[in-house]
Amino acid sequence: MTPHLLLTLPVAVPLATLALSALLQRHAIAQRLVSLTGSAGLLAASVALLAAVFDGTVLATQFGDWAAPFGISFVADRFSAAMVLMTGLMAAAVSVYALAAGAREREQAWFHPLYHGLLLGVTGAFLTGDIFNLYVWFEIMLIASFGLLVQSGTRAQLDAGIKYVVLNLLVTTLFLLGVGYLYGLTGTLNMADLSLALPRVENQGLVSALAMLFLLAFGAKAAVFPLFFWLPAAYHTASAPVVAIFAALLTKVGVYAILRCFTLLFGGEIALVGPVVGVLAALTMITGVLGAAAHFDIRRILSFHIISQIGYMLIGLAVATPLALAGSILYVLHHIVVKANLFLIAGAVRIAGGSWDLKRIGGLHRSAPALALLFVIPALSLAGLPPLSGFWAKFVVIRSSLDAGHAVLAAVALIVGLLTLYSMLKIWNEAFWKAATPLSDDAARSWCASGTVRATMLLPVAALAAITLAIGLWAEPFVDFSLRAAEQMLSRHAYIEAVLGTANLAGGRAP
Amino acid sequence: METLYALSFGALLAAALYLLMSRNLLRMVLGLLLLGNAVNLAIFVTGRLSSAVPPLVPEGSLSIAASANPLPQALILTAIVISFSLVAYTVVLFERAHSALDTLDPDAMRQAEPEAEAGFAREAARP
Repeated sequence: MTPHLLLTLPVAVPLATLALSALLQRHAIAQRLVSLTGSAGLLAASVALLAAVFDGTVLATQFGDWAAPFGISFVADRFSAAMVLMTGLMAAAVSVYALAAGAREREQAWFHPLYHGLLLGVTGAFLTGDIFNLYVWFEIMLIASFGLLVQSGTRAQLDAGIKYVVLNLLVTTLFLLGVGYLYGLTGTLNMADLSLALPRVENQGLVSALAMLFLLAFGAKAAVFPLFFWLPAAYHTASAPVVAIFAALLTKVGVYAILRCFTLLFGGEIALVGPVVGVLAALTMITGVLGAAAHFDIRRILSFHIISQIGYMLIGLAVATPLALAGSILYVLHHIVVKANLFLIAGAVRIAGGSWDLKRIGGLHRSAPALALLFVIPALSLAGLPPLSGFWAKFVVIRSSLDAGHAVLAAVALIVGLLTLYSMLKIWNEAFWKAATPLSDDAARSWCASGTVRATMLLPVAALAAITLAIGLWAEPFVDFSLRAAEQMLSRHAYIEAVLGTANLAGGRAP
Repeated sequence: METLYALSFGALLAAALYLLMSRNLLRMVLGLLLLGNAVNLAIFVTGRLSSAVPPLVPEGSLSIAASANPLPQALILTAIVISFSLVAYTVVLFERAHSALDTLDPDAMRQAEPEAEAGFAREAARP
């Protein structure tokens, strides 16, 4: 396949699926088939893309035959291709799961078109090489997530929707303001071109101010302390498949944008931004994990854990060595799988136990033993126990911070890991181990009776647990891949060369 | 000229933030609208206000000497369309929320996060 096709398909497939599934809104079976085929197609396209960039080539293409830096570029290096692959995996797993409980109500509220709209925005954001285009993908992702969040139109969802919508619109507008200033300062919007132009700006103070503005905008997207309030206010009101895809992808787009911008555009600002990000990362980890400790609603516990895990992903930027950045990349990849899986399991716990409230349910280790076994894998992986994927991700992150002399960050990361284990044990004790309640007894009977619901819910959960186990047991290729992806991001040459061609680098403009 | 535009950008931004910080959904949606327009103005000014000549290539020639910068205008056009659709959605959401929750004060909306619901808070409230 040509680079053009490889780069366009991960965006074209969700777009086509969106349109087709919207047309088939009145034909439930056909719409489901289209939606599943679309997710499978996205997964296939993302595998092909990763295979093409695995050896270190950076693919780039320009739309409408406008030469870079004037047209809109799409670029895929190892990191963005891996993120697209994760999107494809989550798309496939969640769209199978979404056929189980509550599917009919969701579909009447346009679940399938909105779901593929969300995937469209996410893959576009990972692949674009143009900063204004990134803003457009952010907005596509946002509008789809707005629709998905308030699907049932309950009072809780409307309340959550208001907070989510206002805060997200506000920070995306700040991002747009930053893009406008960036253009005023350099006269270009192409990220590879910006990477060459920004060091040549006379007023470097303005560049630092802009770097902070972007950190603010992307930090709020990634739910970094103290800008995370929209997340615990909103996520727990959505249905299980919706919150699973949100938890897997939305905050991670923010993390991706931070890592991309601060390696490619503001590489020179790391000395200034690094310490700030270090403090923010530590506070994000601590507030997230403490917030989770106070709750007994399984969705709210897991929502707060998204925040605390974002802190680990920022350590890479705070420490700013190749190993630390590799740790961040590995952490993002591991976290997407584990977090989505935990929310899918939470949805199954809701069906098998009868409630989201841990105090009202119990005894699931007897009534749903397979679910209990499948909960243990991502839960212990999230806490970072060997030999699961979370252990290796935490190991690389903490090792790199100790190597660079950031002992405090490493200590915070370890303590937060322990507190995460406390939360996971709380879910285990309350939902699975404790004696059954009358409510969970009733729910368990219907759970055991319906084999198809159980199969559609547990199949994607088992597949994601298998990926977690695979990363844990064969960690070396994954760590190695992350390390090479980090080196590729830090060197920047391959990215710039792929977009602008060698002439620009040779002409004395090399960074 | 640019000073004037910069000052009006500042005034718009201040008004937008003032409205966004109020405890009334109607004022907040007006704040979002103003904020979008303030940012559009900022993009317009950062593209330099050099010339009033429209950026059209005259027939028969291949380039134009001095004209307005077309790129910020293209960016603003995109941003206007996006912010229009998002604000339209927001207005509908606020309307639904107002009729369902019976208040315009976002602080009084505690459906998603009820006040005394954390375990220990409930315990503490017991006599």
